[in-house]
Amino acid sequence: MYAPITHILAGTSFRRERLLPMSGRVLARRGQLVSAIDVVAEAVLNPEHMLLDIARGLGVSAKQADKLLQCKSGDEVGEGDILAGRLGMGRRVVRAPFPGRVMVAGEGQVLLQLDGQPQELKAGYPGLVVDLIGERGVIIETTGALIQGVWGNGRINYGLLSIQALAPDALLAAEQLDVSLRGTVIFGGICIDERALLAAEDLPVRGMILASMDSALVPLALRLSYPIVLIEGFGHLPLNPQAFKLLASSERREAALNAEPWNRLAGTRPEIILTAPSQTAHQPPLDTATYSTGQTVRIIHRPYQGQLGMLAAVYPGQIRLPSGIAAPAADVRLENGELVLIPLANLEIIN
Amino acid sequence: MSTSLVDADLILALDIGTITTRAILFDVVEGRYRFLGAGTTPTTANAPVGDISEGVRLALDQLEDITGRRLIGPDGQLAIPALADGSGVDACVATLSVGPPIRVVAIGLLEHLSAESARNLATTTYAEVLETLSLNDKRLTAARLDTLLSLRPDLVVIAGGAEGGASESVLNLLEAVGLACYVLPKEQRPEVLYAGNSALGQKVKESLGGLASLHIAPNVRPSLDIEQLTPSQPVLSQVFRQVRARQMRGVAEIDRWAGNRLTPTAAAFGRTIRFISKEYAHTNKGVLGIDVGASSTTVAAGYAGDLILSIYTQLGLGQNLPQMLQLCKIEDIQRWLAIEISNQELLDYIHNKAAFPGSLPAGPTELAIEQALACQAVHLAIRQAMQTYPSHLPRPFPDFLPSFEPIIASGSAFTRAPLRSQALLMLLNALQPTGITTLALDRNSLAAVLGAAAAVAPLLTIQSLDSTNFLNLCTVISPVGHAPFGAPVLRLHLTTPDKQEANLEVKFGTLEVIKLPPGQNGTLTLSPLHRFDVGLGGPGRGGTLKVIGGTLGVVIDARGRPLRFSADPGRRRDMHKKWLALFDA
Repeated sequence: MYAPITHILAGTSFRRERLLPMSGRVLARRGQLVSAIDVVAEAVLNPEHMLLDIARGLGVSAKQADKLLQCKSGDEVGEGDILAGRLGMGRRVVRAPFPGRVMVAGEGQVLLQLDGQPQELKAGYPGLVVDLIGERGVIIETTGALIQGVWGNGRINYGLLSIQALAPDALLAAEQLDVSLRGTVIFGGICIDERALLAAEDLPVRGMILASMDSALVPLALRLSYPIVLIEGFGHLPLNPQAFKLLASSERREAALNAEPWNRLAGTRPEIILTAPSQTAHQPPLDTATYSTGQTVRIIHRPYQGQLGMLAAVYPGQIRLPSGIAAPAADVRLENGELVLIPLANLEIIN
Repeated sequence: MSTSLVDADLILALDIGTITTRAILFDVVEGRYRFLGAGTTPTTANAPVGDISEGVRLALDQLEDITGRRLIGPDGQLAIPALADGSGVDACVATLSVGPPIRVVAIGLLEHLSAESARNLATTTYAEVLETLSLNDKRLTAARLDTLLSLRPDLVVIAGGAEGGASESVLNLLEAVGLACYVLPKEQRPEVLYAGNSALGQKVKESLGGLASLHIAPNVRPSLDIEQLTPSQPVLSQVFRQVRARQMRGVAEIDRWAGNRLTPTAAAFGRTIRFISKEYAHTNKGVLGIDVGASSTTVAAGYAGDLILSIYTQLGLGQNLPQMLQLCKIEDIQRWLAIEISNQELLDYIHNKAAFPGSLPAGPTELAIEQALACQAVHLAIRQAMQTYPSHLPRPFPDFLPSFEPIIASGSAFTRAPLRSQALLMLLNALQPTGITTLALDRNSLAAVLGAAAAVAPLLTIQSLDSTNFLNLCTVISPVGHAPFGAPVLRLHLTTPDKQEANLEVKFGTLEVIKLPPGQNGTLTLSPLHRFDVGLGGPGRGGTLKVIGGTLGVVIDARGRPLRFSADPGRRRDMHKKWLALFDA
């Protein structure tokens, strides 16, 4: 049975694909060093189109209009360029009303795709562009510390890390956020106060790392301009000791936040990268694993959600849980020494 | 082979869900199909594995260990048909529900007629209708094209034109679809399903066939007042397979194993309900099937062989759980809870469950929350489904659930409930049936795979629709009427063949249980008071009926319709506890 893995690694080298949702233009070069916010590719995601009735414009039949076309599919045209008609003074012509690209020309019509504002794909990760993927994107190799999150608000940015949570269960208060934090990435513990999120937007900060957050703040978090990554989940969940230790010892280190939503099918999830001072290659993160005793695991569901422990025993077959449900389960030795029975479905391996 | 009626001896059924993948083996023993064993593993659609066939192989490994039979050949493929050395299977069927909802744009001539039918057809599979285009919206072709390109649907469903009716307008609507397919790279073009005026089929092929992956289905709106979705559903299932094969690795391979009959789980579940409804046609009631899963809630209503299938992808208990809050308030979920928990805590639970959709309720508090969520999902689903039911169907109480016999519940929220009474109360609270009905549990979660099996081994389906797989929870009598709480509304007399007798006076606002062991016959005489309607022909009408005991006996739900709860949360929780305490299983 494959076990889910969450990475909390002090030093690793890994690769990530960064792809446009459709074909576009790749701007990065192979071998280029990029920051998390460098634009690596762009595409006009929602182009507007105009269907021009050439036959009507010229006052002829569709068949005749096709003979008078001055453009063909794929042509780039500027505003005012002649699309159809007899060339020469005083002749009736149809001109392009806007600059764009001819997509289809025929049957008395021209479909024009108007030039639009391209949308940018940010690198999301600091590192080296090791490969280009056609017209879709790039592969970036990154070296540093990696902490994977549970939820992200879809933004990307980076900055120097500022530790505002002195304990794994510290609450972030709006009053903590003064002007000295402008432009930093804040590690803020637990957030239950929307004023704290708004104060960070006002500064502005470049990112926020939280152990957990009230789920009522989700709509606000999605509107904010800076990235937010939750490492544990929603509610009042303290940060696990491993991630806390890593973050707490990284004050003023450069932190890149790719707060993209967790998409299990695509294999993307919110991630925090603490850039390594050198690009020396490290061991890549484990991709797959199965449960075995001695592994460090995180409990991902109540009543022990967010706690780390060690797998003490993995039982064969189905075990009756305190809820009365029967499921494959394991004994987990928590950090306080307590031994608890947890269904395997509520565990993930901490790499 | 011991009987000529059997088409294939050894049948493998694969069920690939959002969370788990199951491989189930049936064999013929003494002329009857028997369940041999099942292997269960987590589904492997997600990264890093990203291939559903890997999970299937792991489930088959388990099944091989359990049954001692070799199923996979030396080439790593399912041995089908069975090999001379006895390994392999004679037939394979498969159902699939894993994956995001298919993104659909529905197109029809008129918004409230064919466009609505196109939408309705889409919602009979795992789909999210992103936009509806019709002549009513008065958009120009270029604007429709921009809509299609910006939404990037997986599927465009086109309806329009009654048989012998409009043609030119339908073809005009297709122009934007054709242009979108032309503009998009081949691998990003949507599947196109045409289910409009059949006379236009050839013209539609000429118009779109070279550009799109076009599928032609029977007209879903053959006349203005008739909507027929069922004949188009097999084509929709085929489109579903193709979309999923593009989205996920392993789908094409499993489809090949299943003889190109990989079926959406909900469609297969609906097929079973339709099948059962034929058997129950004499009751003049429908058969209702409810299946609650991680990705959706399915409501299937069968009426003497006709099926109304509704799939609600926003009412799954997994990743899309927060979407439920767009359809109801958090207090609506609270009302089903017998435990004290704040709204904020409940909201956090919902978001955490969405982050970890495969997690299980380990403790009693978590179980209570998940059962409340399942209850609300079913409640919302049935309320939406009821709005689509034709007015001519038997519906003695127009505001409440139509008459069904039986009601079948599937999905792990019900089948894994530690107590059968928890499953029963979830169903009673969510559905609030009226009159007399039987509640049954698809305890081995076989309803969907049996529907898929009907295509290759109908005898397997027939022989498996018994109490081994469909557990009779109880007969429920739900009197409907108006009376003060505490007033007697029903007198009831039960006699059994061994001359055991029981009398009961049921008061309004109460839930009562009469013990009648599973399988035991009984005769119930019902005498309603205060002109209450017990489903025996009208208000105040009583009568005698034969009942068969279920796991939980005979239940009289006189709590009123609709169910009303105390405004005091403490009293409400006490009521839930009291109702649960009535049962000993």
